[in-house]
Amino acid sequence: MSHAKTPNVVEMRKRIALNKTRDYIFWVIGLLSTLIGFVLLFTMIIDLFIDGFPRLSGQFLLSYPSRFPEKAGILSAWVGTTLVMIVTAATAVPLGIGAGIYLEEYRRKNWLTHLIEINMNNLAGVPSIIYGLLALGVFVYFLKFGESILTGGLTLGLLILPMVVIATRESIRAIPNSIREASYALGATKWQTIKDHILPYSSGGILTGMIIGLSRAIGETAPIITVGALTFIAFLPSSPITPEFPFLSFKWLLDPFTVMPIQMFNWISRPQKGFHVNAAAAGVILLFMTLLMNAFAIYMRYKFRKRIKW
Amino acid sequence: MVTQISEGLKAEVKDLNFYYTHHQALKNIHLQIAEKKITALIGPSGCGKTTYLRCFNRMHDLYPGNRYEGEIILFPDQLNIISPKIDPIEVRMRISMVFQKPNPFPKTVFENVAYGLRVRGESRRSLVEDKVEKALKQAALWEEVKDRVQDLAFNLSGGQQQRLCIARALATDPEILLFDEPTSALDPTATSKIEELIMQLKKEVTIIIVTHNMQQAARVSDYTAFMYLGEIIEFDKTDKVFTHPSKKLTEDYITGRFG
Amino acid sequence: MFLKRKISKKIKEGAVEWLLLFSALSSIFITLGIVFILFYEALSFFKDVSLWEFLTGRQWTPLFAQPKFGILPLVTGTLLVTGIAVLVSLPIGLIVAVYLSEYAPFKVKEVAKPFLELLAAVPTVVYGYFALLFLTPILQKWIPHLSGFNALSPGIVMGIMIIPYVSSVSEDSMKAVPMHIREGSYAMGATKFQTAFKVIIPAAFSGIAAAFIIGISRAIGETMVVAIAAGMMPNLTLNPIEPVQTLTAYIVGVSLGDVPHGTTEYKTIFAAGMTLFLMTLFLNILGFWFRKRIREVY
Repeated sequence: MSHAKTPNVVEMRKRIALNKTRDYIFWVIGLLSTLIGFVLLFTMIIDLFIDGFPRLSGQFLLSYPSRFPEKAGILSAWVGTTLVMIVTAATAVPLGIGAGIYLEEYRRKNWLTHLIEINMNNLAGVPSIIYGLLALGVFVYFLKFGESILTGGLTLGLLILPMVVIATRESIRAIPNSIREASYALGATKWQTIKDHILPYSSGGILTGMIIGLSRAIGETAPIITVGALTFIAFLPSSPITPEFPFLSFKWLLDPFTVMPIQMFNWISRPQKGFHVNAAAAGVILLFMTLLMNAFAIYMRYKFRKRIKW
Repeated sequence: MVTQISEGLKAEVKDLNFYYTHHQALKNIHLQIAEKKITALIGPSGCGKTTYLRCFNRMHDLYPGNRYEGEIILFPDQLNIISPKIDPIEVRMRISMVFQKPNPFPKTVFENVAYGLRVRGESRRSLVEDKVEKALKQAALWEEVKDRVQDLAFNLSGGQQQRLCIARALATDPEILLFDEPTSALDPTATSKIEELIMQLKKEVTIIIVTHNMQQAARVSDYTAFMYLGEIIEFDKTDKVFTHPSKKLTEDYITGRFG
Repeated sequence: MFLKRKISKKIKEGAVEWLLLFSALSSIFITLGIVFILFYEALSFFKDVSLWEFLTGRQWTPLFAQPKFGILPLVTGTLLVTGIAVLVSLPIGLIVAVYLSEYAPFKVKEVAKPFLELLAAVPTVVYGYFALLFLTPILQKWIPHLSGFNALSPGIVMGIMIIPYVSSVSEDSMKAVPMHIREGSYAMGATKFQTAFKVIIPAAFSGIAAAFIIGISRAIGETMVVAIAAGMMPNLTLNPIEPVQTLTAYIVGVSLGDVPHGTTEYKTIFAAGMTLFLMTLFLNILGFWFRKRIREVY
């Protein structure tokens, strides 16, 4: 290797300058690409807000839908969303946490758990509208729940189940084995170990996953349309609280309903401009709800990550 | 006082200090690197030898918070390679490195060796082919891989991968070749092949090698620097360091009393 | 006494395990339910309509007096919108992943990643509103023949919507490339750009492929954006400025109306759903295969 005493530094520097220019150009492109998402998000928020501002008032929250855009509101929609979410949480949370615990703590390396895992991954990739078709066939017609809050809630519950399972598993996996061994060493059974240690220590992560799952469910439209939620509902479901004993009623579970995103979708599809204002106003509220839930979840995750250092 | 050497110099380190954010890892290092000789850096783990080696091609610049003080002068053009004014990329183009663990890229054998040339924008195919072949021959790998240069580099054995990494470093005609414990992940047969190779290579390139294996330093190097706690305790011709060390600490280390 | 307690403990432990196993099995039931319902209804659909007509017919007008049941217009509609979304999301998602994994300082990452997640959290009906009432009017100024409902605008919006899915999985797989491989490249005098494109991307190929597939699968299954902004007209075209109907939008469209249980029209949504399910299933399996390969490389 008889290269010259002084290497050709001049040419090398030219090349480096060219390489670095390309590097710099890509840096700019990368930054801009990352910003595209933000720009879209902010444009969307501002656009919705400007369009919907005239309708954002207390009256909007307390009115039923109407033929007249100025009089229409989202009362039945947000009440419907709230009740559906109760059913969704009641379905997805126990099932999801149970499945997560089973897969992390009880799993035996056999074909069944392997199948469950592959299946869970696959379910997370099934389009939401397919869940709607499943619910239409099973809940609406086979189990005869009809086009009810129960059907809607169960549908969304199944839809977000994989998210709750994944969140549960991840936070359980973060707990080191030494904790389990410490508990067993004191004579605890498996379930006691889970109940007293695993679940409390992973609750932050599970809660985060649950909130993110529910925020997805709030915004889901397609499966709810498929199970036949009505778009025009000018009444409220029966009250869950009754004046007489036992003070609780579950009649509302079988009532017809609408939810926020469907109400918004319905208004978007109207030709009259006035309804587009309503759609934007409903969109602002919907967006506000989901972003708030997500921001809370992100904050929680950040906090937990900082606090717990195994 | 550090011994001065009388041969041609390839580099001279003057008063080098290095900091990882707040922690000072290297203290007042002076050292001369003889041209086309092998300089070994030995010392117990954590003594700063790898940190020191990585100053020579500015690897520390990859991570934020690291800071150099002092000079490493590269001859013949007397460039201070740790000066902030000098682009680390320029330094790395002139001074190559072979790492502790073989780290071939997930590419073919050929493309691994050609990588440095590609980075330099070399696109003349016959020239690239010539250089790759030459580098593989220099790294004593050509005979073993000439029929499968289009295979993925991951398919080679550990020793072959490390020689591939040496070929990759040689293909761009570096002025100095840095070895960071190049045999620590290899079996004895592969190790002796690499050692042989390193001794061959000093005919063509200046070599600095970090090793925790004192026999290896004694076998391959011309000069040896013994480092301890971020300082150079003793630097001299290898024979001298291993037979008549001038410091008690060096003697304790090479006789295995600590380390 | 002690023995009794021990026995009751044992029963409890066993019961708990069975309960948990049941929860875990629920996912299997869901899949079986999906497959059963789709195939059951689709099979009875194929009693009324021949598979040949379904696959090769060029018209989809099941609600007309003289119904035609060719799925092609819905499939091309789906592929057209997906194609546009993919053209937006794959390159940008990859660039974002490279930027976040190789360039962005820690603090930028800490801010950018949650924000990208928020992008995935926005209800799709809001994206639909945005595509129809914000982006389409703007695009119409540039493209005079763009109809109010078209494939282009929802395709673009959906593309941006999918960026986080593509970028986060790609970034994860780039981060999984060991640091010593990166150092090997930098030690040769490579820039970040060269390292990223010549070393990191080839090394993370499986993960990036999985990310791309997830993105495509999302786009195919996405419903509301297209149902709102692409129109509800089954249209056998690959022209992005025309209105189209996707498989998903068709299901929504039919569900909005009152379709009696058991009729052929009712069964069409299951036939469309099965087509959709098979398309995404194929992609999911492909993605799963790629993800499995990631673990084998290092």
